[in-house]
Amino acid sequence: MTLPSGFSRLATGLLPAGGQRSRRAVGATIAIGGTIVGLIALVGLLSLVWTPYDPGAIDPTSRLQTSSAAHWLGTDKFGRDVLSLIMAGSRTTLVVGIVAVGVAAVVGVPLGIMSAMTTRWWGEAVMRANDLLLAFPALLLAIMLTAVHGQGVVTAMVAIGIASIPSFARVVRSGAIGVMKTEYVLAARAAGRRPLAIAFRHVLPNVMSLVIVQASVSFAIAVLAEAALSYLGLGAPPGTPSWGRMLQEGQELLFVAPRLEVYPGIAIALAVLGLNLLGDGLRDRFDPRLRDRR
Amino acid sequence: MSQDVLRVDGLHVQVGELELLTDVDLTVQRGERVGLIGESGSGKSLTALSIMGLLPEALEPRGSITVTGEGGRHTQVVGAAERDLAAMRGRDVTMVFQEPMTALNPTMRVGDQVAEVMRIHRTVPDRRAAAARAVELLDKVGLPDPAEAARAYPHQLSGGQRQRVVVAIALANDPALLICDEPTTALDVTVQALVLDLVVRGVEARDAGMLFITHDLAVVASVCERVLVMYGGRVVEAGAVHDVFTRPRHRYTRGLIGASDLDLTREDGRLYTIQGSVPSAGRFPAGCVFRNRCTHATTLCEGLPPWDGAGPEDGFACHHPVVVKP
Amino acid sequence: MTASSDRPAIRLQGVTREFRRQRTSLVTPAPVVHALRGVTLDIARGERFGIVGESGCGKSTLLRIIAGLDQPTAGVVEVEGTDISRLPERRLGFLREQLQLVFQDPMGSLDPRMKVRDIIAEPLVAQGKRDTLPRVLELLEAVGLQAEAADRYPHQFSGGQRQRISIARALAPDPHILVADEPVSALDVSVRAQVLNLIAALVDRLSLTLVFVSHDLSVVRHVCDRVAVMSHGEVVEVGPTDQIYDDPQHPYTRQLVAAAPRLRAALAGRTAADLAADTLAAKETS
Repeated sequence: MTLPSGFSRLATGLLPAGGQRSRRAVGATIAIGGTIVGLIALVGLLSLVWTPYDPGAIDPTSRLQTSSAAHWLGTDKFGRDVLSLIMAGSRTTLVVGIVAVGVAAVVGVPLGIMSAMTTRWWGEAVMRANDLLLAFPALLLAIMLTAVHGQGVVTAMVAIGIASIPSFARVVRSGAIGVMKTEYVLAARAAGRRPLAIAFRHVLPNVMSLVIVQASVSFAIAVLAEAALSYLGLGAPPGTPSWGRMLQEGQELLFVAPRLEVYPGIAIALAVLGLNLLGDGLRDRFDPRLRDRR
Repeated sequence: MSQDVLRVDGLHVQVGELELLTDVDLTVQRGERVGLIGESGSGKSLTALSIMGLLPEALEPRGSITVTGEGGRHTQVVGAAERDLAAMRGRDVTMVFQEPMTALNPTMRVGDQVAEVMRIHRTVPDRRAAAARAVELLDKVGLPDPAEAARAYPHQLSGGQRQRVVVAIALANDPALLICDEPTTALDVTVQALVLDLVVRGVEARDAGMLFITHDLAVVASVCERVLVMYGGRVVEAGAVHDVFTRPRHRYTRGLIGASDLDLTREDGRLYTIQGSVPSAGRFPAGCVFRNRCTHATTLCEGLPPWDGAGPEDGFACHHPVVVKP
Repeated sequence: MTASSDRPAIRLQGVTREFRRQRTSLVTPAPVVHALRGVTLDIARGERFGIVGESGCGKSTLLRIIAGLDQPTAGVVEVEGTDISRLPERRLGFLREQLQLVFQDPMGSLDPRMKVRDIIAEPLVAQGKRDTLPRVLELLEAVGLQAEAADRYPHQFSGGQRQRISIARALAPDPHILVADEPVSALDVSVRAQVLNLIAALVDRLSLTLVFVSHDLSVVRHVCDRVAVMSHGEVVEVGPTDQIYDDPQHPYTRQLVAAAPRLRAALAGRTAADLAADTLAAKETS
């Protein structure tokens, strides 16, 4: 049995033992993160069929009310029910996240794999183009696209998606390079497999865990990005409920009705927390286990 | 008794319901070189880790492990506080592992690593003394131009040289017990010969005890005086190397010796093998651990074979041992 | 005898392989590693040929070149009469039918995400064959594994069993030449004996040519008829196994033979000090 590398340092008395992450802690992280994300998803689905009030229903008679039996989280300056807005807003958040991550993965993963499998010049060239994209601020990209196509959720999704491509490409590329070095890929070549088949049958399944972890991280970033864009008036248009837009609209009433900022802020923070926990937990689950398994 | 540097009594290690080590007894005296042989899953590396107090948290050891260092300093390893174990490791008992590259810190110069272990355990008065002694040790382990070598980083040295550095670190504080876990398996055979000699001489010079763990019978026979054979988490046979290897009593030992002798073939030119394969941890049969692979097993073997011998240093546990006709 | 039966299964002439390492300075050019320096060998059909050497001697590089997984910088590599040294990978389909490899690392050489049946069938799928299951089951039986193994994953098997899977995969396309790169080095002693017996039985039954690479002299001695000793990219000595071991000519071969611990010698009193002294003595004469 070969021992993990830390043991030799332990053996000279240089490091105290017991620094290993317990499986239970990792399981808890995934569970908590997953629960939070799941709850948000449920709320989003629920909001498709039911919300306490129509989120768009303006009611001048009940403006800026605090929490009451009728409106659990109160109302905003237009008299709209805050709880309904938050529920409906979760849909926007989720949809933007899913589409953005989808776009990024569909483009980034093949790029990463191709770049790792080729020895020709364009493998490096693709990565340099990737770096350029990475350096480009997503916000600027969104502004550019909005200027061309007009404001909208779709524009925001595409912009965030494009901005997320580089992280996928990088992560997948490094994973793919590792896979290409394995003996089983060598064995596949020896068996006569063509590069495309190797990419699909060997490389892709073995970098999947990396993609999943990156997806949860990118999702969290997409949530924040969407909120930022909506806050700036670039994302969801006035009709579509969005947490970022709620932040923007409640801004001027910060000292009068701070709850109008706090509630959407908490919602955003919770979503990002949940996704980060999920991502961290998944990363831990996939990594050391693979090394510990005999 | 007073000469024991290591005394292991009734060591059990389990993880949850699974028994990984059962009833392991062994002793090593000053100046003695004891081999521990076995294959994967035999528990030999776990035994070494238990002695060092390096078992992962999930594994619970029971029993007694006493390490006796310089000046009669005893440490009871089972249940000891981390602080006491840290004081023991690198001082009273040290270990040489299989992989020299991962045993050394790649970002630290080699001489500093040797010096560090001395400073931690305060076996030298100050930094300069430690540095000087480090160079001395590197010289003793046969590194050419030791002053230069001390300033090198691990990746600048060859595998054999790195393992020499690891040996230097292990012997720096003149430990009472040196544990080697497959120290030369990853090395080329020409390098192996030199490193084995180095380890033996190092241990002899300090009159230290050595526990040498390996799967290679020829290496054990070249290096050790006594040997214990492990299978399925138990010690199945023990004795003087010459006796155990020429007149094995336990059926597993016999099978192992037969399988490893590549010059010994059956009529059809094939090697002698032990049928079946090693069960995974916790799947060993009750009673005699070897009985599901033994050609001489009977219903008697469903009961645990008792240890037949004067003590843990010499004996075997088998209901149907190999009988050599006089 | 006709020309084709005289023709060696593998012929190497002046095979050289150089690698360029990373540049370590802006001014001096990147250092060149001479992995192989003009290797010339003939391996006859049906022969059991061993290649022995320590790490860095080039034996693995040589194997990859023979298997068409790498191209030599110079020299000629002929397999079954065809020069493969300059052929691009996509033209090597025929080679994959005739020559297959077994690798060293039982874990690393099997894709952990694939079922055993897919792993074994891969060479056949690569050739475009469809209904591979019957052949897979046939192969599992030939290597001594049960049919149920087909639907399991590599991590569910022991090292020895994984090597059997590896061997089954290598035999799938019914090759004439089996090239094994340290196939038993990572295995326990008792498992090693089983796998060596298996390889010997299969080579005999299928009349294969075997090229067996190892750093372990005793293993090569048991398996092979002829052996080549390599050091630093060159073949320093070649000949029948018994002759090489009993009467080594080249100083490096003498070192190898002297340094290897042997059980009988050790029991007769040969200590580690003797091993070291003999190794150094053999070094001195080189």
